[in-house]
Amino acid sequence: MPTEILMPALSPTMEEGTLAKWLVKEGDTVSSGDILAEIETDKATMEFEAVDEGVIGKILVSEGTEGVKVNALIAVLLEEGESADDIGDTAADAAPAEAPAKVPAEAKAPDAAETGPGLVQTKAPEPDWPEGTELKSQTVREALRDAMAEEMRRDPNVYLMGEEVAEYQGAYKVSQGLLDEFGDKRVIDTPITEHGFAGIAVGAAFGGLRPIVEFMTFNFAMQAIDHIINSAAKTLYMSGGQMGAPMVFRGPNGAAARVGAQHSQDYAAWYSMIPGLKVAMPYSASDAKGLLKSAIRDPNPVVFLENEILYGRSFDVPVLDDFTVPFGKARIWREGTDVTIVSFGIGMQYALQAAEKLAEDGIEAEVIDLRTLRPIDYDTLLTSVMKTNRCVTVEEGFPVGSIGNHLSATIMERAFDYLDAPVINCAGKDVPMPYAANLEKLALVTTDEVIEAVRKVTYR
Amino acid sequence: MATRKTAKAPNVSADELKQYYKDMLLIRRFEEKAGQLYGMGLIGGFCHLYIGQEAVVVGLEAAAGEGDKRVTSYRDHGHMLACGMEPNGVMAELTGREGGYSRGKGGSMHMFSKEKNFYGGHGIVGAQVPIGAGLAFADRYLGNDRVTFAYFGDGAANQGQVYEAFNMSALWKLPVIFVIENNQYAMGTSQKRSTSTDEIYTRGAPFGIPGEMVDGMDVLAVKEAGDKAVAHCRAGKGPYILEIKTYRYRGHSMSDPAKYRTREEVQKMREEKDAIEHVRELLVSGGHASEDDLKAIDKEIKDIVNKSADFAKESPEPALEELWTDIYASDIPQGAAVEQDA
Ligand SMILES: Cc1ncc(C[n+]2csc(CCOP(=O)(O)OP(=O)(O)O)c2C)c(N)n1
Ligand SMILES: [Mg+2]
Repeated sequence: MPTEILMPALSPTMEEGTLAKWLVKEGDTVSSGDILAEIETDKATMEFEAVDEGVIGKILVSEGTEGVKVNALIAVLLEEGESADDIGDTAADAAPAEAPAKVPAEAKAPDAAETGPGLVQTKAPEPDWPEGTELKSQTVREALRDAMAEEMRRDPNVYLMGEEVAEYQGAYKVSQGLLDEFGDKRVIDTPITEHGFAGIAVGAAFGGLRPIVEFMTFNFAMQAIDHIINSAAKTLYMSGGQMGAPMVFRGPNGAAARVGAQHSQDYAAWYSMIPGLKVAMPYSASDAKGLLKSAIRDPNPVVFLENEILYGRSFDVPVLDDFTVPFGKARIWREGTDVTIVSFGIGMQYALQAAEKLAEDGIEAEVIDLRTLRPIDYDTLLTSVMKTNRCVTVEEGFPVGSIGNHLSATIMERAFDYLDAPVINCAGKDVPMPYAANLEKLALVTTDEVIEAVRKVTYR
Repeated sequence: MATRKTAKAPNVSADELKQYYKDMLLIRRFEEKAGQLYGMGLIGGFCHLYIGQEAVVVGLEAAAGEGDKRVTSYRDHGHMLACGMEPNGVMAELTGREGGYSRGKGGSMHMFSKEKNFYGGHGIVGAQVPIGAGLAFADRYLGNDRVTFAYFGDGAANQGQVYEAFNMSALWKLPVIFVIENNQYAMGTSQKRSTSTDEIYTRGAPFGIPGEMVDGMDVLAVKEAGDKAVAHCRAGKGPYILEIKTYRYRGHSMSDPAKYRTREEVQKMREEKDAIEHVRELLVSGGHASEDDLKAIDKEIKDIVNKSADFAKESPEPALEELWTDIYASDIPQGAAVEQDA
C-alpha cells in the first residue's frame, strides 16, 4: 500500500505551515533520513526528513503553498512494485488544505459594520490612535521586535540580553534582525544563567544603562526572581530615591501548548504583588508595541509578560513614527450594558469569544482589557461595573490569590451598592499543568466557562 | 565507518558488548520513532531526542550497581530506557496516555520511576544537579553505599546552582557523580560562545572534586570511567566529575532548525564517530556476531519499538478525574490531641 506523507507538526504550537520547497521530485527514490522538503513554521524553516523508504509517487501540495494544515496529505510514497496508479482516489482528492484567509475572530475589535442584524451595539470604543491613521496588519512578534528596534535607535543605552537572542534570532524569533542592525555590543547572547545575567542587568541599570532582559520564558525567570524583586524593584525605595533600575524583564508567560507543569505558568499575579515593579500583559499587537516602548522608557523596572500563542496572531497596528501606549489605561474592546468582562493578555481571547456568543443570545457584554496590571486602571473598570452592575473576570493563572480575586475585592469595596450579583472569577484550575491533551484543555480557562459565568451573574 | 585512532581492544566480554549494542540501538530506534510520532501530532510540546548520545548513558548504566540512583534533564528518554524502564510506558507518556509512567501527566520532559531509582526528567536547566547531590545526601545520611548519577548538559554547567552543589558535595563528601553530557551545544549556543573554559570538568578542582574528560562516542571508555567514578564514590571519597564529550545529531528539540552548525559537521560525526557503529564493528571484527546475528538484533529492537508505539497509540487518554489527583499526598500522621478531638 502506498505510504501517505503528511504535513508534519514541527513545533508545539504549529497548526499549519508553508511548504517552502520540495527537495525531491516525483519518481525519486528516498530512504529514511533523506530531506524531503523545507517547511516554514511561524518561527523557522525546518527540514523535513523521510521516515520510510520508497519512491515519491505523487506530490500533492506544490511548493510555495501557504497555510498547509498539520497532517494534511502532501505526498505519496510508493514501495517497490507499486505504481502511481495504485494511489487511490482518496489520496488524489485530499487536496492541499487551502490557505485560510483568516484573521482570527478574536483578533478584531468589534466594529459596527461587523455586528450582525438584530444586535444592539453601542458605539465603537475609541482606539489608541487618531482617526484616519493608516493601519497595517502585524503579528505580536513583529510588533515587539519593532518596539525594541525603535527604542534602541532612539537611545544608545538601551541594549538587549538573554539566551539565544542574538545569533539564533530569539528562541521564539522575537529579536529577529536585531543583531544585524545593532551588533553584538547591544544584542547579547548569554549563557544559561538567569540569576547571574538578571543581576548583571540590574547592575548595568544602576550604572546608567537601560537593559532589556529577555527570559526564554518566564518559567525560567524563577531562577532570577530574587534580582527582579529584591534588587530591581526595591532599590529606589531603599536608596531614598537616589537610584533605581530602569529596565525591562520580558518574555513569554503562561501556558504554551503541551509543555507540562514546569513550563506553563502564568506569573501575572505574582509580579503584580510587588510594589516598585510595573507589570504589563498585552493582548494585541498594537498594545504589545505601544506598551513595550513605554516600558523601555520607564524609569522603573517593568515586568513585561508576553504569550507564545499570541506571538503569531495578527492585529492592526497604527503606522506612526512614535506610537506609545501609556501604562494604567485599560482598553474597552467592546461596549455593552449587561455585564462587564474584564481580562488581560491571552485571557482576552476567551473574553471576546464569549462576548460574541453571548451577543447572539442578546446579552451585551462590555469587554475590558486591563493591559497593565501595575498600575491597574480601576476607574475604567469601576465605571463599567457601575453601568452594567455585574462583572466576570478572566485570566489563565491559578485561581488562588489571582488578579480576579483582587479585582473582586476592589469592586466590593468601591462599588458594592452597584452590584446585582457576586463577581465571578474565571481562572485556570487549581492544579499543576498536566501534559495530556485532554487534561490540559480542562486545566485552562475556557470560553464556555466565561459564558456560563456571565449567565450566572445575569441570571439568564 | 572510518577507523578510530583510539580504537581500544574491548575489556569486556562479548555478551556485555552485545548488550551495549542492543541497549544503544534500542535508544536510537526508540527516538527515531518518537520523532515520527511527533511529526504526526501524536506527541506534543517539547521533545528532545537523545540520538547520538547513546553511549553516555549505556556506558554509565553498565557501571552502576543495584540501588544506585539517577536524575537528569528533559533529554531523558535514553536514560529511562537504559536504566530498565519499559519502552511501552515511556512512549505512552510521550503521547500523554494513561499507560505512561506518569499516567500522561508529565510528558516527555517529566518522567519518573521509583522502582528503577529514576528521579526525573527535569525541565529547568540545572535544577537536577543539586537534586542529585540531595539524593546522595540522603544515601549518606541513611548510611548505605549507594551512588547517584546527576546528568546535565554543557549549557547547564553554567548555572550557579551547579557550583553551589559542587561546594556542598565536596564539603560533605556526598557520593554523587556529576556527569556533564557535553554535546557541545546548548540549544543554538556552542560551548565556545557560552563557557569560559574548554574543559568544564576542571571547574571541580577548586572545590577539590576530581574529574576527567571522557570520549562519549566510545561506550567502553565511558564504562571504564564510570567504574572508576563509582569506586571513588562508594569508597566514601566524595563526589566525582565526568565530562563526557558527545554529540546530538538532531536539533535541540523537534522545533529547532539547527542552523547554527553545518550539515557537514553533523555528517562527519555520524560517519566517523558513531557509537553504535563502533560497537557493531567490534562485534563483527572480534567474531562475536555475524551479519545475520546483527540483523536479528535489529529486528528484535524494531519489534520492541513498534510495539511501544502501538501501545502508546492505543492506550487511552487519562481519565478526566486525573486532573485533580496527585496534587497532595494525604497520609499525615496527626498528634494525639487531633485524634481525641475527632
Ligand atoms: C533555567 C532554564 N533556562 C532556560 C531553559 C530553556 N532551555 C531548555 S534546554 C536549553 C539548553 C540546554 O543545553 P545543555 O545544558 O547543553 O543540554 P542539552 O540540551 O544539550 O542536552 C535551554 C536554554 C530552561 N529549560 N531552563
Ligand atoms: Mg548541550
